[in-house]
This record gives sequence, C-alpha cells and structure tokens, in this order.
Amino acid sequence: MRVIWIALVGIALLAGSATGASQGGSVDLVAYSTPKDAYGKIIQAFQKTQAGNGSSFNQSYGASGDQARAVAAGQPADLVALSLDPDVNMLVGKGLVPKNWAANAHRGIVSDSIVVFVVRDRNPKHIKGWGDLVKPGVQVITPNPFTSGGARWNVMAAYGAERRAGKSDKQAIAYLYKLFKHVPVQPDSARSALAIFSQGKGDVLLTYENEAIYAEKKGVHTEYKTPKATLLIETPVALTKSGLKKPAAKAFYKFLWSSTAQKAFAGQGYRPVVKSVARGYHFYKPAGLFTIGTAKLGLNGWTKVNTRFFRPQKGVMAKIERSLGH
Amino acid sequence: MGGGLARGVATGYLSIVVLLPLAALVWSSRAHGLGAFWHQATDAQAMSALKLTLGLAAVCALVNAVAGTAIAWVLVRDRFPGKGVVDALIDLPFALPTIVAGLTLLALYGPGGPFGFDVAFTWIGIQLALLFVTLPFVVRAVQPVLLELDTDMEQAAASLGASSFAIFRRIVFPNLLPAILSGVGLAFARAVGEFGAVVLISGNIPFKTEVSSVYIFGQIESGNEAGAAAVSVLLLAISLGVLLAIGAIRRWRTRHDRA
Repeated sequence: MRVIWIALVGIALLAGSATGASQGGSVDLVAYSTPKDAYGKIIQAFQKTQAGNGSSFNQSYGASGDQARAVAAGQPADLVALSLDPDVNMLVGKGLVPKNWAANAHRGIVSDSIVVFVVRDRNPKHIKGWGDLVKPGVQVITPNPFTSGGARWNVMAAYGAERRAGKSDKQAIAYLYKLFKHVPVQPDSARSALAIFSQGKGDVLLTYENEAIYAEKKGVHTEYKTPKATLLIETPVALTKSGLKKPAAKAFYKFLWSSTAQKAFAGQGYRPVVKSVARGYHFYKPAGLFTIGTAKLGLNGWTKVNTRFFRPQKGVMAKIERSLGH
Repeated sequence: MGGGLARGVATGYLSIVVLLPLAALVWSSRAHGLGAFWHQATDAQAMSALKLTLGLAAVCALVNAVAGTAIAWVLVRDRFPGKGVVDALIDLPFALPTIVAGLTLLALYGPGGPFGFDVAFTWIGIQLALLFVTLPFVVRAVQPVLLELDTDMEQAAASLGASSFAIFRRIVFPNLLPAILSGVGLAFARAVGEFGAVVLISGNIPFKTEVSSVYIFGQIESGNEAGAAAVSVLLLAISLGVLLAIGAIRRWRTRHDRA
C-alpha cells in the first residue's frame, strides 16, 4: 500500500511540476485524504485572490500517517494538513516543521469534527449513548487504532465520555475492555469501516461527524446520533520550514481561516473553527463536549495519551487487543 | 562473450531490483539488535498472526495444487466453446488491484451478499480471498508442460491395458510434478505476503483474524518499525525456506527420473 502511495505521489508530483510553472510560485500541499474536495475548492478560490494570483499547487492526498512518513522521508511539502497532532509533531521531531507551528489564533487547527454513532435506518437497536454500545447483542464497528491513527479519536471519546459520567480511570478502562468485546471487525481505516458498515456488518459505526455526513451524501441508508458526551476532533495544518520561505504558501495558510475556506470545509461536513462562519451552520453542540486536552477527564494532550494508550505492545489498547485472544 | 553479457545483466538486474531492497529490509531489522529482533518477532500477537498466515497459505498451496492442475488439464486437453475466454480469465486476478478484489469479495461473501453466505471477517473469508489471488500460479506453471507432453506414451500405456487412473499416476503426474511444485511454491509465497485482498475481508481482530501482513501494517502505522521489520524478515525467511525446499525436491525428482 505504502509503495503504491509513494508511486502515486511521484506521478502526481511529476504531473504537477510539468504543468505548474508560473510566476506566482508553486506550493506543495500534502494532506490526508478526507478533505480533498474541500482543498480543491479552497485552492480555486485562493487562485482568484490577489495573493494567490498565478500560484500553482502540487497536491498529494493519502492516509495521514503515510503522508507524514512520506514527508519525513523527503517528499517536498510546504504545507501539511493531517488528521491529528502527533503526525505534525513527528515532523517537528524531524526538524521539518517549526516547533511553534500551532502559534496562531486557532492553535493551528483548521477544522473540527466530533465522534458520532452511525446507526441503521430508524435505529432498530435504540442506540443513543455510550452505555448502549455494550448492551448484549450490539455489534460496534470501529477501525483498529494501531492501523488507523484516526480511530484513536474514537477510543479516547469512549474513555473521556465515561470519565465525564463520573467514572474513575479504572472504570473507564474497564469500559474500553467491554466495548472492544463488542467489536467483531477492526477495519484498517475509517473509510474501510464505512465500507464494511455499508455492507451490512454491525449495528453501530463509530466515526467522525464529517464521515457520517459524507455517508449520507453517498446515499448510505443510515442516520447518525450524537452522544451527550463526546470528543471534539481537531485537525491541524502547519507550514513547514520550506513553506515559510514561500509567500504563496504563507498566504494560502492564512487563507484557510478566511470565510470562503471555512465555508468549503463546512460544505464537506467539517465544523468551521471561525465563529462568525460557524454561526451560519447549525451543527449540534452536545453539552458534554470535551477535547483531547481536557485534563480533568484524564486527557492531557496527544503526546501523553499516545504513550499511555497506544504504545505498541505496552499501551492500554495493546493490552485490550491482547485480551481479545482469550 | 554473449554469455558474459547475459550474466552481467542478470546479476546487475537482480541486485538492483531484488537483492538491494531485501538487504535493506534485513539491515533495518537488525539495527535494533538481535535481542530486540527476537523479542519483536516472537511477540504473542505476531506469533498468532504468523500461525494463521502460514496455515492459510498452506491450504492455499494444497487447494491450488489440485484445482490448478485440474483447470490446466481441462484447458489443454478438452475442447469446448469459449475456451479462449476462460483461458484469458485465469490471469484476471493478477490484473485486478488487490484492494478491489477485497472489496468485491466483501460484497459477495459479506453480510449483505446475494447468497446469504456470510463468511467475511472469518478465516474462511481470508482463505477465499487468498485462493482468488493465487489461482493463476499453478495453472500457468502446469499448462505449458501439459501442452508439450507427448500423448504417445499415454496411448501406448492405454493399448497395453493401463487404466486411465494408472496412466495419470504413472505417466502424466510424474511429468507434471515439477511444474505443480513450482506453481505451489509461488502460490504459497504470495499468500504469505498478500495484503490488499485480505485487509478488508479479514476482521483484523488480534489472535483471531489478524494475518501477518496486516499486523505488520499496524506496527508501521503505530511507529514500531522494528517490530514490522522483524516480522517481515521472518516471513521472508519462511518463504525462502519453502521455495528452497521445493527447488530441492524438484532437482531430486529430475535426477531420480533420469537414473
């Protein structure tokens, strides 16, 4: 898979460089796959502005972790748009992205989403809250958190929601053990999970709101439920050190928080992060919304969460996976 | 002169295209030390995935040995309308991107499938996916040998009163065996390493339906390159062992026949 991606990226780059010679300068955008359509629209709009006039873009899309590793291995990137902070921080560790990448008014976060439940038409199993997922006979589909970085949002949403309901750390982890006993399939990615759920497997799919909206647009006969307590998903964008040297890349980075760009994200099911734009959309805000940095729920940011929960062979989730074999 | 050039091209090509990447893989796996290599390769979850993978690959090899030979036989010896089309169909599993094969098999054998035959996310589903992608190996190895095989011997045996089973066992089968074995070796090796076709249809539940290639993918995605490299090297070593053993059997059979 990775090799294929790298090959595709290579072809895309060749094609891009062949057509992209202009005085406005070319920008290499490396992004994860879901917001592809949004970026397509944003780039078109940007090229019509004064700052973006004459600029050209080489775009590359793929799984967030794969994209980050490709950039770390030398793929040219001026701007990286990834699905979670640790992928950007990996590039900080490699010296490709400056340490202070998140130092803007929006902390480097360009769009939001939340973890939701996609259920079958008319919700035959009456799934509303996290407690319903571990009732007898309920099958939950969620990707394997070790193959899908994005699936970690789901796991931490489950943990945080339990904590918010007053459970102790121990009880919340016990809930995760119980939850994964209800998972008959752990697909490799969010899109695979959606494909498998669409094929009729499972009663509820744990995914992001924007994926649920995407599924509705694609005509998958489902509906989605927002639990009272859930995790706010924040997707980062960062300028790399090479991007900081290009006026077009810097202008585009700023443009991502313009109302035009934020509306394009909203059109793809993402929640705009600019308040004036968000007001125009009616995204439901659950009372118990928390973030990966909500310390009182035991969530202390991705770095700590990753070490504790997702370290291969040693983390909490690795132990839970292991327990499934017995 | 010509031989020297051919040898140069062969060595150079092999080195750049095959040996270099394999050496790099082995090199990266040893970067963390032999102890770490062993620890990673023998991790309980990795071992369980390896057992499942080898079991499925072995079944693949056996089924292909029988079914592949039968298909080659029908394609060479039988006449029927549409034979050319069937012959061309055999290679399609190679042409189809394996992830598409996985999606198609999921639609067919999954819970929403048209036959109500739900084996997706079980070992049976993975097995079917592997059989699909390994079909051409034995067929394409046996077919040319069968085409070249002179029917005089078989006719002579028949005229001497040998039953058709005896003819197959004593005359045809020994001639086909080297080809069957080489097809089986390729099918086994491919089944061990297959990723695209199985990633969707295997449930990826550790200790139950997780195969090695998907386990390796998970280790890469979660930043454990040492674990991924260790299991990859182990898989390669097993495949190499199987291919060498099959080569040895073939050489032994050939010598044995000449004597």
